[in-house]
Amino acid sequence: MTDFPWQGAFEIRERIDQGETSAVDVTRAFLDRVETLNARLNAFLYVDHEGALAAAAGVDRARAAGAPLGPLAGVPVAVKDNLCTRGVTTTCASKILGGYVPPYDAHVIEALRHAGAVIVGKTNLDEFAMGSSNENSAFGNVLNPWDVKRAPGGSSGGSACAIAAGLASLALGSDTGGSVRQPGAFCGVNAFKPTYGRVSRYGLIAFASSLDQVGPMARSVRESAAMLEVIAGHDPRDATSADQPLSGYVEACDAGVKGLRVGVCRDQIEGVQDADVKKALDSALAALEAQGASLVDVTLPHAKHAVSAYYLIAPAEASSNLARFDGMRYGLRVTGSDLTDTYNKTRGEGFGPEVRRRIMLGTYALSAGYYDAFYLRAQRVRTLIRQDYDDAFSKCDVLCTPTTPTPAFALGEKTSDPLEMYLADIFTLPPSLAGLPAISTPCGLSGGGLPIGIQIVAPPFEEGRICSAAQVVEDACGLVTSPPPAFA
Amino acid sequence: MGDPKITLEEVQRVAKLARMELSADEANEMQAQLDSILGYIAELDALDVSKVEPTFHSIPMDAALRPDVPARCVDREEVLAEAPETEAGGFAVPLVLEVDS
Repeated sequence: MTDFPWQGAFEIRERIDQGETSAVDVTRAFLDRVETLNARLNAFLYVDHEGALAAAAGVDRARAAGAPLGPLAGVPVAVKDNLCTRGVTTTCASKILGGYVPPYDAHVIEALRHAGAVIVGKTNLDEFAMGSSNENSAFGNVLNPWDVKRAPGGSSGGSACAIAAGLASLALGSDTGGSVRQPGAFCGVNAFKPTYGRVSRYGLIAFASSLDQVGPMARSVRESAAMLEVIAGHDPRDATSADQPLSGYVEACDAGVKGLRVGVCRDQIEGVQDADVKKALDSALAALEAQGASLVDVTLPHAKHAVSAYYLIAPAEASSNLARFDGMRYGLRVTGSDLTDTYNKTRGEGFGPEVRRRIMLGTYALSAGYYDAFYLRAQRVRTLIRQDYDDAFSKCDVLCTPTTPTPAFALGEKTSDPLEMYLADIFTLPPSLAGLPAISTPCGLSGGGLPIGIQIVAPPFEEGRICSAAQVVEDACGLVTSPPPAFA
Repeated sequence: MGDPKITLEEVQRVAKLARMELSADEANEMQAQLDSILGYIAELDALDVSKVEPTFHSIPMDAALRPDVPARCVDREEVLAEAPETEAGGFAVPLVLEVDS
């Protein structure tokens, strides 16, 4: 048996089911740990003591009454603060939504509650999920538990930190261009971005609607697979929710990789300078080969244009989505001399620098005379990137790159140059633009003791293949049993 | 150095379109940052995409329709509780149209 707080979600549920502990005791233990460590790590923007204990008591009552327990019964889960939680503040780490209390639950929150999960609190993020280091939060950045001088990644940095530091068992993040995968890689946890449409976006506060997906984060592949089973599926409240059959993702973790053709993106990997990242990737690929997979070289000739295309498409969609924050119906209002002045002041004061930058970029790209040259051109380039994947997947079943070009960079290292920050997303953006499912799973540590992640991408709705491959990597070189030393 | 990709005047025009106040300092900084980002993005101009269809939806799907059945919606009081200002069961907003009396 593993000691608190490093037991897996399955073990916690099993112990509650067997009556060895109660959900309330488990929840109290995690809340105490959060109390002790969060002031330093800043992973949670809000800790829901009352709600968590009430949910846990509900699980204990159900068990006492002999009712069947849900798949995540009594498991403490941290939730990114851009997912609407009824009666619990949801701020997107923005001053413009400071103190906002949604009147409804997001689809994924309903699904978690239905599965018996205990929602511990709301995690920190880059404002409106825009950023790769968490430094764009209006409420201070999260620290990386492996090295507190380094970025936890973004934008789901709070969720990644929370599970890496043992403040919760599981977490939900959201991923638009890498926002679960990159912090997953930086903090040494699994982070799964499902196929676009696999998980309902109902109640996820929109950033870029053609890209946003909610994704599970967990220390093990199997736990992220279990969480995906809970949140995936068709939801009529999201018009882009896919009505596609689900497969058993947990079961897929045991399927192995015999005969699986693993594509290795040689052209993308050539550009990696970091020797530790290359070495960790090679060890993961060797593990896959040793278990019966065959390695196939593939190329994605247009992936190098993903940063340019993404930083037109996502800001364009964001500029439109964020028009709703106008100080009229919710959130901050800064009263001006008239209606327009009120809009201008509310939005000028309410949004932080990165959000303002992206609204400006998007508004520019969509404005009269520029639409064809910028937005439409970017959407055409997106087609080329999709076609590259179609070609690649005629030769392979899954496709691998590192998740990030380097392990976690230092806090403050890239804040003065927004473009420099954008370029750190080079590997996570192409699958996002193509709508493909992808995981970042830990595959080793750098010489300096920082986690490194491998990204495994599959064709649409083939999340099961990702689970099979990621499990093999985890068994050979994962970090499930090696939490960050300072918090172990 | 060639011409800037975006001028300070254009930054001011776009800020106006976005209904977002920028101070003079913020506008200057924004101009420099957007110029650098647009300078990088200009690499796309080298691609001939004239014969390529745009991708607006990465995963092809039909427009979703659901049965037109009334359902319970969010409670009005709960929604209004989040508004900066309310009046008579609605959102109170600054005057939108001037009316001569």
